[in-house]
Amino acid sequence: MRLKRKDLLTIEDLARDEIELILSTAESFKEVSEREIKKVPTLRGRTIVNLFYEPSTRTRTSFEIAAKRMSADAVNISVSTSSVVKGETIRDTAKNLEAMRPDCIVVRHAAAGVPLMLARNLNCPVINAGDGAHEHPSQALLDMLTVKTALGRLEGARLAVVGDIMHSRVARSNIYGFTRMGAEVTVAGPPTMIPPGIERMGCRVTHDVDAAIKDADVIMMLRIQLERQKDAFFPTAREYSGLYGLDEARLKRAKKDVLILHPGPINRGVEISSGVADGPYSLILNQVTNGVAVRMALFYLLLGGAKEAA
Amino acid sequence: MKNKTAMDELGIERALARIAHEIIERNKGIAGIVILGIPTRGRLLAERLARKLGEIEGEAPPVGAVDATLYRDDLGMKKDQPPLKEMEIPMDIDGKTVVMVDDVLFTGRTIRAAMNALMDFGRPRAIQLAALVDRGHRELPIKADYVGKNIPTSLKEGVKVHLNETDGVNEVVVEAAPEQK
Repeated sequence: MRLKRKDLLTIEDLARDEIELILSTAESFKEVSEREIKKVPTLRGRTIVNLFYEPSTRTRTSFEIAAKRMSADAVNISVSTSSVVKGETIRDTAKNLEAMRPDCIVVRHAAAGVPLMLARNLNCPVINAGDGAHEHPSQALLDMLTVKTALGRLEGARLAVVGDIMHSRVARSNIYGFTRMGAEVTVAGPPTMIPPGIERMGCRVTHDVDAAIKDADVIMMLRIQLERQKDAFFPTAREYSGLYGLDEARLKRAKKDVLILHPGPINRGVEISSGVADGPYSLILNQVTNGVAVRMALFYLLLGGAKEAA
Repeated sequence: MKNKTAMDELGIERALARIAHEIIERNKGIAGIVILGIPTRGRLLAERLARKLGEIEGEAPPVGAVDATLYRDDLGMKKDQPPLKEMEIPMDIDGKTVVMVDDVLFTGRTIRAAMNALMDFGRPRAIQLAALVDRGHRELPIKADYVGKNIPTSLKEGVKVHLNETDGVNEVVVEAAPEQK
């Protein structure tokens, strides 16, 4: 059993059985994190490089912890301390890293396509930890694992994704992933933040949040990326919150046992109220726990095994 | 050459019954005993063995599963990654006597891996090993404490344990070596 691919770059590329393999493997890895000795020797002697060109706490830490729980050695490189500030190109940085013989490079970059470019230029597996507004595949996988664990299924599940769809790689990866697994996806947000033609990805589109969440089994609130709001996609955070945010009052219009997801970091009081984020239906911290298991599964499936015979 | 049945349903039942008595004799009862099977068929055998122990002693010992996959020494050598099975340690194993159960004892490498896995969960007082079939060809200094049947084999042959739960029939089959061209 192995993913029939060198890299994990997008959910778009993944077939349903590949997603199922990753999720079931991740399910098995959850147990390791519950142990007193949270470590298995599986990837002893392997080196994993986390190359992050964008700030990240959760994702980088999650990949690092996953690597360490598999007994791999994790090396973290962040832009502020790297030679990038001296003007080195990404390709040169990566080629230099590869010369030190890592077994996997995890990369995050503000430009879509950087992981693909690295994957084509490097022999070791490359995992996309988020590229621009393109994809964030490990996030979608952990979201699918979280929903599958809570609902018992993905097939036929109704997911509402609410917020800034335009800039969200999390939304894109999740639309690909959930629709491929047979779930129904509706996206909702202000017209300025819904890219035209997004329905071609197989989701429904609405600008009315109440309509989107009415029949949903799962509501995924997206972070308003305040750092990307220079171009003023909405007038004020307060107005956004009133029209598109999820608070207790709006939650009453959803199904009684609806599940709430958020990829984090949350802006309390903007896209989600504290009462909802910390409430009984919130799976936000389950997502984080599952993230480690999903990333362990990715390392297991991509790094294990003999090198392909040339 | 064709496949031949080495144990039938009754043979398996009798072997498990004898192993149950041997476990009780050797450990002077079942106090402090935990039965852990190696998935998939070792786990099923562990459950049957625990039931038999319960029938004899009045109370069945705790049963669980120990998956050795992540501790294997051949992960970097096979082309495909083996699927993970269940790991279910039913209780704190510190100070307990763990009886590991596997269907076929062969090279001993799985048992080595399973013991390493167990050590990550605690410090058992002792680990004992029960195997339904011992087919020989050990590559490590490992020996079963309880054996259902010794079946001498050639390396080219295969030994398959079929159990009702997974295969619809209870039997042990020795598969003939593939025909040479």
